Amino acid sequence: MRRFIYLIPLAVLVVVGIFSIMQLKQVSGGKAVNILPSVLINREIPPFDLAPIQGRDRGFGSKDLLGQVTIVNLFGSWCVACQVEHPFLVKVKEKGLVPIYGIDWREKDPTAGPKWLARYGDPYTLVGNDPDSKAAIAFGVTGAPESFIVDQKGIIRYKHIGPITPKVWDQTLWPLIQELRKP
Amino acid sequence: MIRKFALILALVLALPAVVHAVEPDEVLSDPALEARAREVGKGLRCVVCQNQSIDDSNSELARDMRILVRERIKAGDSNQDVMDYMVDRYGDFVLLDPPFKAETLVLWIGPGVIAVLGMFGLVMMFRRRTTTRGAQEVVSGVRAEPLSDAERRRLDELLKD
Repeated sequence: MRRFIYLIPLAVLVVVGIFSIMQLKQVSGGKAVNILPSVLINREIPPFDLAPIQGRDRGFGSKDLLGQVTIVNLFGSWCVACQVEHPFLVKVKEKGLVPIYGIDWREKDPTAGPKWLARYGDPYTLVGNDPDSKAAIAFGVTGAPESFIVDQKGIIRYKHIGPITPKVWDQTLWPLIQELRKP
Repeated sequence: MIRKFALILALVLALPAVVHAVEPDEVLSDPALEARAREVGKGLRCVVCQNQSIDDSNSELARDMRILVRERIKAGDSNQDVMDYMVDRYGDFVLLDPPFKAETLVLWIGPGVIAVLGMFGLVMMFRRRTTTRGAQEVVSGVRAEPLSDAERRRLDELLKD
């Protein structure tokens, strides 16, 4: 009986080891494991109203998102990872799959956002300017890019941190959007 | 001379307490409101750097959060209102001092349980060491017996060199 006491540390080690291997598997599978939990899932979008970016006459607000399934995408011309997902978002727009609303976050130079969109293409239905993180904090954002899937009633159904890749789109985002569109 | 030195020393010692990432242009003109903003800021985690409060962090998002805290305080929110606003968006994670509730039970109780278990283990080990067996035996796992004649001769030989 007493001998089993010496096995306790070994047992603890085995449990920790299995847990670590599982986590590693997730990382190698392309899943970020340091995701902060979002408390906004399945809750209404926070009320916000954003001014247009320079050179445009319309920004957008929470009311614009009602009535259809939309993606709200947070980006910035300073954000390198945003450039990675951008061509894919442009493709989504070209195919007319789902309207994407852009939040241009924390531009120091007000012309930087519009220039960036002119250069890399504009996948957005409407773009709002968020230079002082008003909307970003309201959405509980920690970094760019982040994307939210919002349903017809303005309820946030999903939050994706990091660039939208074809894999994420096919496996998670697109199936969810189609599911939400079902009456 | 000594008085001057003491004064400088006191000032230097007081310095770390006032070093913050809070920039002059953010500070509210009303010192009472600013003090409340500091109080709130100290308890809010910078969600970018994760181990600093927003008052200590130089990240841009932390700065925007500090400004938001001040705006809400100026608008008449209580400290708790501002904290609730942030928790509503970022979850309990944004609090540097997480609340005691079901989801955080392991966080609060865990270290204590481990410490008690460890202490229990130590007590068991020492009791066994002092009561049931000799100390040597516990360390080596072998019962200490007097040397045999052959062993004694070998030992003497070794010591001679």
